[in-house]
Amino acid sequence: MSEENAKTPVPLELHDLTVSYHKRPVLWGVDVEVTAGQLVGVIGPNGAGKSTLIKAAMGMLPLNSGWVKVFGEPVEKNLQRVGYVPQRESVDWDFPVSVMDVVLMGRYGHLGLFKRPAKSDREKARECLEKVKMLPYADRQISNLSGGQQQRVFLARALAQESDLYFMDEPFAGVDAATETAIVAILQELRKQGKTLLVVHHDLTTAREYFDSLLLLNMRVVAFGPTKAIFNQELLQRTYGGRLTILSEVAEAVGSKAD
Amino acid sequence: MNEPFIPAFNWQEHVISPWMSELSMTLPIVLMAFFVITSCGLIGNYLILRRMALVGDAISHSVLAGIAGVVVFTGGLQVTGLFIGALVAGVVTTVLIELIHRYSRVKQDAAIGITFTTLFALGVILINLKAGQVHIDEECVLYGEIAFVPLDQTKISIPLAMVQAMDNLPLAGEFIKGGQLVVATGVLRMAIVTLVVVALIWAFYKELLVSSFDSALAYSLGINANMVHYALMSLLSIVVVSAFESVGAILVVAMLILPGATAHLLSTRLPVIMALTVLHAALSTLLGFHLAKWLDCSIAGALVVAAMGLFVLAWIFGIHDGLLGKWLRQRRVQHELPEEITQSSSLTT
Repeated sequence: MSEENAKTPVPLELHDLTVSYHKRPVLWGVDVEVTAGQLVGVIGPNGAGKSTLIKAAMGMLPLNSGWVKVFGEPVEKNLQRVGYVPQRESVDWDFPVSVMDVVLMGRYGHLGLFKRPAKSDREKARECLEKVKMLPYADRQISNLSGGQQQRVFLARALAQESDLYFMDEPFAGVDAATETAIVAILQELRKQGKTLLVVHHDLTTAREYFDSLLLLNMRVVAFGPTKAIFNQELLQRTYGGRLTILSEVAEAVGSKAD
Repeated sequence: MNEPFIPAFNWQEHVISPWMSELSMTLPIVLMAFFVITSCGLIGNYLILRRMALVGDAISHSVLAGIAGVVVFTGGLQVTGLFIGALVAGVVTTVLIELIHRYSRVKQDAAIGITFTTLFALGVILINLKAGQVHIDEECVLYGEIAFVPLDQTKISIPLAMVQAMDNLPLAGEFIKGGQLVVATGVLRMAIVTLVVVALIWAFYKELLVSSFDSALAYSLGINANMVHYALMSLLSIVVVSAFESVGAILVVAMLILPGATAHLLSTRLPVIMALTVLHAALSTLLGFHLAKWLDCSIAGALVVAAMGLFVLAWIFGIHDGLLGKWLRQRRVQHELPEEITQSSSLTT
């Protein structure tokens, strides 16, 4: 095992990660090792620390304890290989840029200081827009897009980053069915290419079919493993605690699994 | 008898002659105004995009503390000292706002309010303590007089060929004395600062764009958004302090926001917005300068009024969502609506 690790370092390794906001712990002793080529859904109730987990893994937050390794190195050293899709609401969609400009931002990591995107970068961006079926919108101002279209632009930008490890924060939030299908197809394709993906997801009913592995999170890691093995009532109940409304959702989800 | 409230407008006196016989006074003032509005406007664009319009206001006030500090510690006002003082004040303001905001429950806008008023007050006290020894008064810093810009001059040696070429131009004698180019010191300094601002925005366009739009993505691209933030604030302090002495804080604070805000109404592409900002600077300079000539009033005040006038025009006639366009669209809807309503009501009855 350790010899194998030395050859191909694990894409993401979190050890004893503890993070707190205003002295209140949000993540507690998170220990996770994600091997290459996995599509992992991060599942948990509101306030479970899903977004915090992603941000901490990328080194954007101060850690109370523990460490993060990305491809065997501190994350700062391997940021080049990390792609990120933030929550859609985290940016101002009135910002004066076009769809093309946003996707080109994904190329910035490949350009040096003072360098402008070259023709090849535009070509790449166009390719990525085509994959999410947004090429006809390339010259649109981003405020003229629907929620689903905005999410696809973010996804195109992530593709343009050409990373090996992707963090995505709720890419399915508030998108239309067509966009959801398109995103799932792209996630699957990325996984087939050997990329590793951590995707925050909030919908239990679809979580089971979209992801091969799940990380059940509620401040601590409740369970982490293949979806088949850990998507069961007991673990989901432990993840969501005594939240009645969600419990019925859990029952429904598990029930539909039994069908 | 009583002078009329608004003096009569005289084309020759208020528009033509400033560019003829009074050129040696006009040119430095107009150039100074243009450089100040351009550099403030360009930086201001990023303040607007980052929702930090108030931070610009804050820094332009707390720079006073920096200037005062330099006076107290060095006993005089040299240009280098002035720049260092402003830089320190700018960075201290930024850090303090961040500290208060992060380590207390005070929200950011309140943190800004606390920081700059306190630093400004500190500046006033420092100046009072030194009042007997150095001449610096708060009035001048706040309302600095752009009309005095032409008085402080610097001589620059230029190649003889240029002197000869310029000799043929009318009024060249006003600007070339003894084979040397005579320029207003303030204008020279502001021109350099403006060039630096343009060059930096050009060089770091990517970093500024992505860290303003999506700081989390900037981080994942290995761009230090914090560093960009502090660099922007430092640059802002430099612009503020070099504009301060000659034009005062009021003009600076207004021009940080007005040109960018106007340009934002007219375009949705950042490069175009940048170009429009410079255009706005040129237009408000000319309009404001002649307005001041006509009304015989404060040039800085007239510049801001002119800039505001252009903003209102953009607001009304803006192609994307100008008031006029909105009104026309609404009218069209209202014309079409009654028909549908009558149709649906006839269906229900």
